[in-house]
Amino acid sequence: MSGVTLFGLCGAALVGLGLYGLICHPGVLRKILAFNLIGSGVFLLFGVIAKRGGGALAAAGTGIDSDPIPQALVITGLVVAFAATAIAVALLLRLVEVGGRGTLEDQAPASNPPHQGPKP
Amino acid sequence: MSPAWLAGALDLGGDLLVVPLMLPVVGLLLGLGLGGRHLGRVALPLMVLGLAAALAVAAAVFKAGAPLHYALGGWAPPLGVSLKADGLSVVLLLTSALVVLAVGIYAQRPFGVAPGAVETRSSLAFWMLLLGVWSGLNTVALGQDLFTLFVALELLTFSAVPLVALDGRAETLAAALRYLLFALLGSVLYLLGAVLFYGTYGTLDIALLAAAIGGADAVPAPVLAAASLMTVGLLAKTALFPLHLWLPPAHAGAPPAASAVLSALVVKGSFFLILRIWFDLMPMLLTGMAAQILGALGVAAILYGGLLALRQARLKLLVAYSTLAQLGYLFLIFPLAATSDPAGSTDVVTGGMLHLVSHALAKAGMFLAAGLIAASLGQDQISALGGIARALPITVLAFGLGGLALMGLEPSGAYLAKSLLDGPAAASGQWWWGLAMQAGGLLTAAYLIRVFYHALAGFSHPPSLKSRPARYQELVALALALGALLLGLLPAELLGLVAIGRSGVELGGLP
Amino acid sequence: MSMALAVDAGLALLILGLGLWIIAVRSSFAAVVGFITYGLVLALVWVRLAAVDVAMTEAALGAGLTGVLLLGAAARLPAEAPGGGPSAGLRVLVAVLCALVAAALAAVVLSLPEPAPSLAPLVAENLPPTGVKNPVTGVLLAHRAIDTLLETVVLIPALIGVWALAADRAWGARPGALTPVPSSSALTLLAQVLPPFGILVGIHLVWAGADEPGGKFQGAAVLAAMWVLVVMAGLADLPKVTSRLMRYTLVLGPLVFVAIGLAGIWSAGAFLALPEGYAKPLIVTIEVVLTLSVALVLGLLLAGPPKERA
Repeated sequence: MSGVTLFGLCGAALVGLGLYGLICHPGVLRKILAFNLIGSGVFLLFGVIAKRGGGALAAAGTGIDSDPIPQALVITGLVVAFAATAIAVALLLRLVEVGGRGTLEDQAPASNPPHQGPKP
Repeated sequence: MSPAWLAGALDLGGDLLVVPLMLPVVGLLLGLGLGGRHLGRVALPLMVLGLAAALAVAAAVFKAGAPLHYALGGWAPPLGVSLKADGLSVVLLLTSALVVLAVGIYAQRPFGVAPGAVETRSSLAFWMLLLGVWSGLNTVALGQDLFTLFVALELLTFSAVPLVALDGRAETLAAALRYLLFALLGSVLYLLGAVLFYGTYGTLDIALLAAAIGGADAVPAPVLAAASLMTVGLLAKTALFPLHLWLPPAHAGAPPAASAVLSALVVKGSFFLILRIWFDLMPMLLTGMAAQILGALGVAAILYGGLLALRQARLKLLVAYSTLAQLGYLFLIFPLAATSDPAGSTDVVTGGMLHLVSHALAKAGMFLAAGLIAASLGQDQISALGGIARALPITVLAFGLGGLALMGLEPSGAYLAKSLLDGPAAASGQWWWGLAMQAGGLLTAAYLIRVFYHALAGFSHPPSLKSRPARYQELVALALALGALLLGLLPAELLGLVAIGRSGVELGGLP
Repeated sequence: MSMALAVDAGLALLILGLGLWIIAVRSSFAAVVGFITYGLVLALVWVRLAAVDVAMTEAALGAGLTGVLLLGAAARLPAEAPGGGPSAGLRVLVAVLCALVAAALAAVVLSLPEPAPSLAPLVAENLPPTGVKNPVTGVLLAHRAIDTLLETVVLIPALIGVWALAADRAWGARPGALTPVPSSSALTLLAQVLPPFGILVGIHLVWAGADEPGGKFQGAAVLAAMWVLVVMAGLADLPKVTSRLMRYTLVLGPLVFVAIGLAGIWSAGAFLALPEGYAKPLIVTIEVVLTLSVALVLGLLLAGPPKERA
């Protein structure tokens, strides 16, 4: 059992933890945190794959210890995850401002008030 | 005799693919930089150009009889990222361009900014997000690399979610948040799948992966896990039962122009990727239990969506639940394609794509019409629609024709699609899928006739309208509905366009 | 058990523990603080995985900027009512399902092929034509440039989405989520002393990123962080959302990237291709311009929708 494999198992566990948080926590902020947890677990798995891919090269002394492609993709993914978190937080804060709550109550769409909309 | 620009475009070869890929992106960037208040007006010529580009790609693919390929940056996969335009891509490009253009025309009134007036929040947001959705769709249509497709999916999600909450009410904010959370779960599961694919084969290119998977004796566990994860993630984004909770409030709460795009196009983007995974990447999945499960979920969606649509009090919600039901039809392709011979399975895919296009056009038209009705009356309760047919004849006609197209009246696209799907269903003895389609058709007819009844009632007492829609808005909705209704009149050779790049479902062999 | 393995095991346990804390702790504020710590430890894990570029990005963006974002959110939430959410029975069911998913995933991870497939040799071979020595930068800006391009484009609708949450009448105003802290001498001092160094670090990260670990995302994150610090100390104002200059800067990076990419069709045969000999200067140009735009976007994403000042 190498360190890399340990991190891989860690990543798997994080995905499971995050899934539980995303589904079960009523508060939206906790759901956002849970989503970030799942994301970091997935990235960690990608990193483990990268390190495994770099192993042979490292032994050959090329100076590349880890497959650069997953690394590049994880960096891109981290930026995308940040943007997702930003949108989610902005929506949440606006919901708090306008609706006074930080949770998604169960909506019963059929009982919504008539559509009062702006011009089409 | 092709016009000069078309001939020139056909000469470009693979470079042509860069146009639909980058046109909406450049529009997005220049639009923000050069002035938000001009965006609405500048967007229209851009969308016409986009339609021309989609047509050019279609012509090029049709002429070549084979998919167009392009290696971005000159780096071939597995190192680089490639683009591919096959029949499916062309259909998505064309549909997106058409619906986006139609919505762009319709939205001049609610989101346009008069020359000299100041930019408003909703106008900048709407046009930018519409361009964002369009960029995402074109990338989904052309991309061949699982990670590039992931970024395209995110582009779609980040552009679609804020459209839901554009009117700023607490209800739509909650709907947007719910949509975002489902969509993010979908993205992260999709990415996990892509990671596992890379871990097993060291590439993310669909063609290379398909060759590697097809060439092996047995599908390795990580690959099965990857396919399941990606499919479940994409199902969440496509709102297939039981991951559908987010769709009705989101699509009903968005402004009508946005609802049209959301129902017609955005959910089709993630569905398109499911097609890519199941038909291009791992066709051996189609023969297994999983395809039957997808079909069963599709049937559940058809029935659930249809039954709930019957019970809706509000027009926009009825249309949204109708989307849920219609999406279910698309998932019948999976079990049907497996058990047919290659020619039959190509028919099934063609039928599925026809249904996709027909629904896109019809649903867009119906949402636009429903929006006009709601704005004129100040509310959209179905029971209070009395007399609207007299007051807004063109709008109600648009809604009605769209509904007829959904019901599958000849010669609509849906009719042709069902006939293409019925054949393989009967031939393979899986009569239950055919039965599900019939049931769905009956439910569709039921909830739409309910709307027609109320709309046509009280014909002699038209209600007083709060505002009249602009004539061009009504005509755009009508045009979309007519498009869906007359789709079945397309010549058969054009239908063959969809099949370009499909080699039939070869089970157990190389796709 | 070797030293390295002990370190790795310790880090893994720490990560898992922090993950559990984030999910299980009552207070949202504590969860966010846990998340920031988690991000920093995760950065260490990335270093152990020999992915220094990723470690930097995780620290700056994943822990740093995301942490600021979430802290601000946690501070503005109403007090949570205890309880709520699914019933205990349902929770147990979900927990079991999630445990199964995690176990299945772990099994899959253990069954990944050995020897591991890798694109590292291919990248190494194709790195010299790009002129840069950092393979991650080469991949990001040459081999898979489309992903970087699309990803910078993705940030723009995200920002528009955040701005769209303003009230209609607040449209011309400045973003309001970063309320300046009432003047605190400590914060003001920090905001006066730290940014010059921070900016230097950010610039260095971008410049050196061509050949050593670093790059525009890390640099941009650091620059954005410095800007946010200055704003929160009340030493500078955020631009109005209608500001022309701000919008030009936002789109400048991606537009230059697209322009260079399109030029590549004529000079090097394909969209986003880099011509021989000019590859490195072009890459550096793209990186510099993108850093500006991305730093601005990251900062504005933190700054939230425009709000009227009372």
